[in-house]
Amino acid sequence: MDLKEWFASRKKQREAEEVKLPLATDEYCALWTQCFQCRELLYTSQLRQNLQVCPKCQYHFRIGAMQRIEQLVDHGSFQEIDAHLESADPLKFVDTDSYVKRQKEASHKSGLREAVITGEGTIDGERACIGVMDFGHFGGSMGSVVGEKVARVTEYATEKNLPLILVSSSGGARMQEGIFSLMQLAKTSSALKSFADAGLLYISILSEPTYGGVTASFAMLGDIQIAEPGARIGFAGRRVIEQTIRQKLPADFQTAEYLLKHGQVDMVVERSKLKEKLAYLIKFHTSAKKPQTAPQKQKAVTR
Amino acid sequence: MTDKKAIPLEFEKPLELLAQQIEALQKQLVDHPELESDINHLKKQYDNLRRSLYSNLSASDHLAIARHPQRPYTRDYFSRWDPNWMELHGDRKGMDDPAMVTGLLHLGDIKVIAVGTEKGRSLRDKQQCNFGMPQPEGYRKALRLFKHAEKFGLPVVTLIDTPGAYPGMAAEEHNQAEAIAVNLFELSGLKVPVIAIVTGEGGSGGALAVGVANRILMMEHSVYSVISPEGCASILWRSADKRDDAAKAMKITAREILDLGVIDEVIEEPLGGAHHDYDLAAANAKKAVIKQLEKLLLLSGDAVRADRQKKFRDMGTFHEATA
Ligand SMILES: [Zn+2]
Repeated sequence: MDLKEWFASRKKQREAEEVKLPLATDEYCALWTQCFQCRELLYTSQLRQNLQVCPKCQYHFRIGAMQRIEQLVDHGSFQEIDAHLESADPLKFVDTDSYVKRQKEASHKSGLREAVITGEGTIDGERACIGVMDFGHFGGSMGSVVGEKVARVTEYATEKNLPLILVSSSGGARMQEGIFSLMQLAKTSSALKSFADAGLLYISILSEPTYGGVTASFAMLGDIQIAEPGARIGFAGRRVIEQTIRQKLPADFQTAEYLLKHGQVDMVVERSKLKEKLAYLIKFHTSAKKPQTAPQKQKAVTR
Repeated sequence: MTDKKAIPLEFEKPLELLAQQIEALQKQLVDHPELESDINHLKKQYDNLRRSLYSNLSASDHLAIARHPQRPYTRDYFSRWDPNWMELHGDRKGMDDPAMVTGLLHLGDIKVIAVGTEKGRSLRDKQQCNFGMPQPEGYRKALRLFKHAEKFGLPVVTLIDTPGAYPGMAAEEHNQAEAIAVNLFELSGLKVPVIAIVTGEGGSGGALAVGVANRILMMEHSVYSVISPEGCASILWRSADKRDDAAKAMKITAREILDLGVIDEVIEEPLGGAHHDYDLAAANAKKAVIKQLEKLLLLSGDAVRADRQKKFRDMGTFHEATA
């Protein structure tokens, strides 16, 4: 199934489920988008064409999982796996509203079943497994399904001997699944351990924002760590830290650039360059895995 | 019967009042021997109240016991398990985090690598231990000992009592998320048995960083959660006052987590909590660890690793929709 069909079928599915709901949400009809950073008014379709990056100040807007996949994998090559997994409600959790109701609302808002989409595709012709989180679904929080899908795509990559790319965007573990959410940190990290032991390449891409349980597990375990410009990445949130230490943090604290300065990521890569960098990294490491023939001796050149 | 040393908790107030009454009557007993039957009656009442109080604890009551200032900490357990245990220090990279205690210890005939988070007893200790919140260097110190255990084929026993990782500037700059993630990653691959016991507070990722074990045990009144009840309340209820509701909703108590199938065993505590009798609490924990270790030590290294990986692989509940 190519991406166009994928979108079409998903849209149809959504419409079938929710005929009575108005289709024209704010998101659909907004012609203009204001840049969060430079406040410039941008034409929404143009912004989309520019990969959701402000042409004026290079601010990288958050993007959805399917849009990211569209940007990273070769057209028509993406095959989703485990699309059918759905959250349960193991604790029968209720806060000011029930978890079940919040799940429904999240799916209605995002058009997704869960906060991560996983599958296989090619990147500049190179086969790779990919998992992309979507902050638009339940704040990208990790519950049992996100953990399971990340673990499964990791196992799938291990089995098929393929490199793995995970794009993170998450507020952290999903509180409504309590201790089960916490255990997903161990589940995903454990799957990555077996993957690493097989000598395979894992590239972790950190996008705006990546926090909590996701950073404290698979997002920080890449062989190569890439962050998107301006993305905020950390374990504890900025506000919590400021309240704890009772002092103001530097303006650029926990940004991708700050992390680069502190040795936490290999590089900060702008969105327009991301696909080519991934292709380069995959080619570099996979050709290294093939039995290397001894470099040919240079023939003595006589003149 | 009355335990003068233990500081009473809020929910124990009726018990304390009754105890005071008994004490007052007992002082008059010399002059008024006829009071004896009344006293005996009150004592019986006290015992009944105590028993019913402790068998009907709410999540917040367990939380209060888990956080009791006199709760036995990691060093209290280690020194009772093996008075000659040998402490080892440092992450070898520039720091020795006192909030993470590591060493060599004999559990009966079994030699183990012991690792645990430490809250610190005196005010000065507490400050040095950062109230039980390790720095990234603390997790890396633990990792050093996990690797040591693997190299020498020694089982690992970890004790968990921490509010969680520290939300500090340096901790973030030194990449505590990575420190925790790497511990989960490496622990999952160990070929030696790992047993973890939550002795007090099992605070989120900072607890799990030493908690990826073949068997997870919890002391009867300990708690384990993905976020502190206060944190959960302030995010989901938008009010930290709803802590008790959050504690209840998240199912943080040992019994509940056992019922959810996440842990393997609940270790009985002295009536009223481990702070009433350190020796008994430590002895119960020791017995439970040895029992678990003896079984795991029969397995091959590969089987031990597979056992642990399967345990965490199966964590979580979800539906596989057919459509
Ligand atoms: Zn801009």
